[in-house]
Amino acid sequence: MSSATEGATEARRRTPAPVRRSPNAPPPSFLWTRRILLTLLAVFSAVPIYVMISSSLKPLQDVTGKFQWIPSGLTIRPYIDIWQTVPLAKYFMNSLIVSLAATACSVVVAVFAAYAVSRYRFRGKRFFTVTVLSTQMFPGILFLLPLFILFINIGNATGIALYGSRGGLILTYMTFTLPFSIWMLVGYLDSIPRDLDEAALVDGCGAIGALFRVVVPAAVPGIVAVAVYSFMTAWGEILFASMMTNDVTRTLSIGLQGYATQTQVYWNQVMAASLVVSVPVVAGFLLLQRYLVAGLTAGAVK
Amino acid sequence: MTATETPSSAAPSAPGGGERGRPPTGRRFRRFLSARIRRGGLPYLLLLPALVLELLIHVVPIATGVVMSFRELTDEYLRHWGDAPWRGLDNFRVAVDFDGPVGAALLKSFGVTCAFTILAVGLAWVLGAGASILMQDAFRGRGVLRALFLTPYALPVYAAVITWSFMLQRDNGLVNHVLHEQLGITDEPSFWLIGGNSFTSLVVVSVWRTWPFAFLIITAALQNIPRDLYEAAAIDGAGIWQQIRKITLPSLRSVNQVLLLVLFLWTFNDFNVPFMLFGKAAPEAANLISLHIYKSSFITWNFGTGTAMSVLLVLFLLMVTAAYLLATSRNKRGADV
Repeated sequence: MSSATEGATEARRRTPAPVRRSPNAPPPSFLWTRRILLTLLAVFSAVPIYVMISSSLKPLQDVTGKFQWIPSGLTIRPYIDIWQTVPLAKYFMNSLIVSLAATACSVVVAVFAAYAVSRYRFRGKRFFTVTVLSTQMFPGILFLLPLFILFINIGNATGIALYGSRGGLILTYMTFTLPFSIWMLVGYLDSIPRDLDEAALVDGCGAIGALFRVVVPAAVPGIVAVAVYSFMTAWGEILFASMMTNDVTRTLSIGLQGYATQTQVYWNQVMAASLVVSVPVVAGFLLLQRYLVAGLTAGAVK
Repeated sequence: MTATETPSSAAPSAPGGGERGRPPTGRRFRRFLSARIRRGGLPYLLLLPALVLELLIHVVPIATGVVMSFRELTDEYLRHWGDAPWRGLDNFRVAVDFDGPVGAALLKSFGVTCAFTILAVGLAWVLGAGASILMQDAFRGRGVLRALFLTPYALPVYAAVITWSFMLQRDNGLVNHVLHEQLGITDEPSFWLIGGNSFTSLVVVSVWRTWPFAFLIITAALQNIPRDLYEAAAIDGAGIWQQIRKITLPSLRSVNQVLLLVLFLWTFNDFNVPFMLFGKAAPEAANLISLHIYKSSFITWNFGTGTAMSVLLVLFLLMVTAAYLLATSRNKRGADV
C-alpha cells in the first residue's frame, strides 16, 4: 500500500468531527434555503409516518369516513385486534427466524469472501467480482420460476424440502445480499492497513487467525453496516416470499396483505400491524446508522 | 502452520536461502505445502461458500431462465420442463412484434418504465444531494432530522407502501382530503390508484422511499472531502455557494457515477412498490415492466414468453450499463486532464 492511500485512510479515520466550512458564518441566502428546503423535506418524510401512527390509534369509524388529521378519540384496540384478524404472531416469528438466519450466514460468508478478495491475488479474482456484482442487474422475475423449479427438483432428488420451507428462503435471501455485502466489505477491508494482519501473521497467527483476531475486530463498522443491510433486505422481500412460502412458513411481507382481503379493510388495524412490523428494523437501523455511514464512508464510497 | 510452530522455525530459516535450491523434505515439505495452500488454495477455500451459493441461487437459475426462453413452457410442462418443446426464437418474436397484442403491451410498459425511472431517479438524486449538502455543516437538530429522513428507507417496503395506499384512497385518504377539501385545488375527489393519476402516485411513493438512500450515500461521501479544501477556498474569498459548486459537487463525481447506476437498476427493476400499491393488476399508466412480466408469466401461465421478455430486459439493462460506464469514465478521464 502506498503512503498516499495510507494518508487518505488516516484522514478518513479522523473526520467524524463536524466540519466547519468557513471561518465566517454562512450568508442568509444559504441559511434560508436550508431552512425552507429541509422543512419541506421533513414534512414530506413525516406525513406518512404520522398517518401510520395516528391512524393506528383511531377507532374504526375514523378511518372509514373522511380523513381526519386529529383522531376523534384514541384507542389501543387495533393493537389488540391485529393478532386475531390474521395470525400475525406466526408471520412475525417466521420473518424473524428467516431474517436473522439469513443475516448471520450472509455476513460470515461475505467476510470470508471479502477477505480473500481484499488480501490475496489469485486467478479468477476479477471474474469473480464482476460476475457476482453483475447478478444485481438481473430482475428477480427472471430467476424466480427457475429457482422454484430447482428447489422442487432438489426436493424430489434428495428429500431436502427447500420449497415452502424456511431453509429455502434463508438460502435465497442470504445469496441476494451477498454481492452488495462482499463489495462493501472489500472496500472496507482495503481501508484497513495490511501491516495489521501481516503483523499478526508474523506473530504466528494463521491466515484465519489473523482474520478473526485482527481484521474482523477492525472491520466492525463495515460488518455492522452489511448486517443491517442484509436484515432489512430479508425483512422486506416480497416477490420470492410470495412464491416460496406456504401457510406454515408465510412471512410478514405476504401475511400483511391478509388485512386487505377482508370484505372491509380495517385500516386502523393495517396501520397498527404496519407499525408493529416496522419497529424492529427502524429501531435497529436508526441505532446503527452511525455505523452504516462509517461503513459506507470507508467502504463503498471512494 | 499452527501458532506454536512458526516462531521457532522461522528464525533459523529466515537468513539462509537454503530452501530455494533443494526440494523440501519431511517437516519442511509439510510447511512448504501448507504455505502453498495458504498462498494458492486458501483464497479459493474462503470464496467457496459464496461461490456455491451464487451458483445455486443466481447463476444456475439465470442460465435455466435463458434456456427456458427458447421453449414453449406452459403450466402443463412445469413439472418436467425439460420436455417442453423447443421454439427457437418464437418467444422473442412474439415479444418484439409490436403490432401484435403482446408486443404492443410490452412496448407500452417499457415506455412507462423508462419515463418512471428517469423521473424517480432524477428526483431522488436531486433531493438526496441537496439535503446532504445543506446538512454538511453541523446545526442544532441535524441528528434528529437525519433520522427522520432515513426512516422511510428503513421502513419495510410493504408497511410503507400500504400506508401510502391508505393515504391515496379516494374517499377516506389524506391526499384527497388535503387537495380537495382543505385546499380546494381539485373540483372533486380524484382516483389516485387507478387511471392516469396512478403514474404520479407511483413516482411520488418511489421517490419518498429511495431519496433517503441517495441522501445516505452522499452524506457518507461528503465526509471523505478533506476540510483543508474548504478552508483554503474560504481564505481565498470563496463564498459558500461557490464552495459547493467548485469543491463539493466535483468531489462527488465518482460516487454519483455508481449511485446513479444503482438507483437506475433498482428503480427500473422495481417490483415491490407497484405490486404493493396496485396489486396484481396495475393500471396501464403505471404498469412497470417487472409487474408486466410477472402478469404475463403467472396470470396467463405462459412462462416461455415471460422469460423471453426478462431476457430482453436484461439485454437492455446490460447495454445501458455498458454505455453509461463508457460515457462516464471517458468524461472523468477528460476532466482529470
